[in-house]
Amino acid sequence: MHTTPLDGLNRRLGARMVEFAGYDMPLQFAGIMAEHKATREGAALFDVSHMGQAIIRDVAGFSRLVPGDIAGLKPGRQRYTLLLNEAGGIIDDLMVANFGTHLQAVLNAGRKDVDVAHMRAQGLEVEPHFERALLALQGPKAKDVLPEGAGLKFMDAAALTIGGMACVVTRSGYTGEDGFEIGCAGEHGEALAALLLARGAVPAGLGARDSLRLEAGLPLYGNDIDETTNPVAAGLNFALSKKRLEMADFIGAAAVNAALASGPASKLVGIRLEGRAPARSHAEIRVQGARVGEVTSGVFAPTLNAPIALGYVRADLAKPGTALELIVRDKPLAGQVVTLPFVPHNYAR
Amino acid sequence: MTQIYFSEDHEWVSLGADGIATIGITDHAQEALGDIVFVELPEIGRAVGKAEAVAVVESVKAASDVYAPLAGTVVEANQAIIDDPALVNSQAESGAWFFKLRLDDASAVNALMDRAAYETFLGTLS
Repeated sequence: MHTTPLDGLNRRLGARMVEFAGYDMPLQFAGIMAEHKATREGAALFDVSHMGQAIIRDVAGFSRLVPGDIAGLKPGRQRYTLLLNEAGGIIDDLMVANFGTHLQAVLNAGRKDVDVAHMRAQGLEVEPHFERALLALQGPKAKDVLPEGAGLKFMDAAALTIGGMACVVTRSGYTGEDGFEIGCAGEHGEALAALLLARGAVPAGLGARDSLRLEAGLPLYGNDIDETTNPVAAGLNFALSKKRLEMADFIGAAAVNAALASGPASKLVGIRLEGRAPARSHAEIRVQGARVGEVTSGVFAPTLNAPIALGYVRADLAKPGTALELIVRDKPLAGQVVTLPFVPHNYAR
Repeated sequence: MTQIYFSEDHEWVSLGADGIATIGITDHAQEALGDIVFVELPEIGRAVGKAEAVAVVESVKAASDVYAPLAGTVVEANQAIIDDPALVNSQAESGAWFFKLRLDDASAVNALMDRAAYETFLGTLS
């Protein structure tokens, strides 16, 4: 089992630990509800050092592996993009930032080794820096905790010095709130975290991170998207550059263009359930008794005080308002398709 | 004072003079589950076997079964924890009982642990 550079601090803070993607990670500190609320109303600090930071210098080479307009990504800006396979399936979803001399990618923990192998197999040079620490400072008061980041707008990226430590900072996150993701050398991780906690952020774990990202309608790799899902079915069309689709100069372009032309057989939708019982991953979705899809993520949404889910349904049933039955413990629960996100985003645009 | 018994599945049992057992989950169990957001309880009149899954608790993240620590027939279920599942976190071993059973064999409680034995049992976990 791997540990993050913040492992000692997490344990001293009383974290309940859980295995995730081969890492021993904090599931919660004070509790998922309290941490969720702290992120929506104040500022919370997540150790996300399990994610892989990597440096890429060959912009054209990287561009060939993703459907986003990477050539058009200006220095100091970050973009969400996808590594695709030939079939248009998603190898990983990632953030990539242009730091002028190089790109920095942030890869999912469970995929970072696969990603690096894929990039290298495609002839791209990539420098993994998986020993680095990555902290996510999230919430409406994140800007007060990190005044150093005041010059950044949503999806800006910059090298900043925080408490004397060299950091790479983006104004982004995975909660739907304003906030920052801050990378630093592994050996500075605990000191940086301690500084941000002393400035008023509360520690939060993967439990709250999951309920927050679901409320924000953001997919989780391995649950909602994988190598068999294409970006069109997953509703990630915003990550497909029109120019790149026309040029069809990236791996998976033909498959993605075909999916756009024919329309996907199923679509990822948001589902709001009646009552209080959540439907979890793999719960069957039915309409009038017939199977039409499956839940991929489900949680009790603390902000809404109601259960919500993401799941794939037959494409003709993806319209908001469509009534669905979700099968939980052999019983149908009533729900309906709703527009995403479940909770409005609160980004500093 | 009523004797309280405990199961290895982290349920508590309080046996009344009328032979009716009140059953809930222990403080250790609610702490391990985290914030409880939904409870499903058995129907009145249901006959349940020992170690049968009879109720469900859902935290934000996951669902867990609650087992009948003894065999019997369900005679009452606690609507209060259906209406306010967070009571299970705040009052696990008092007001937030789950259901009451008319036991098939009241002497079966003797196979369960007393508090001291349960505390010792908890000490053997993790």
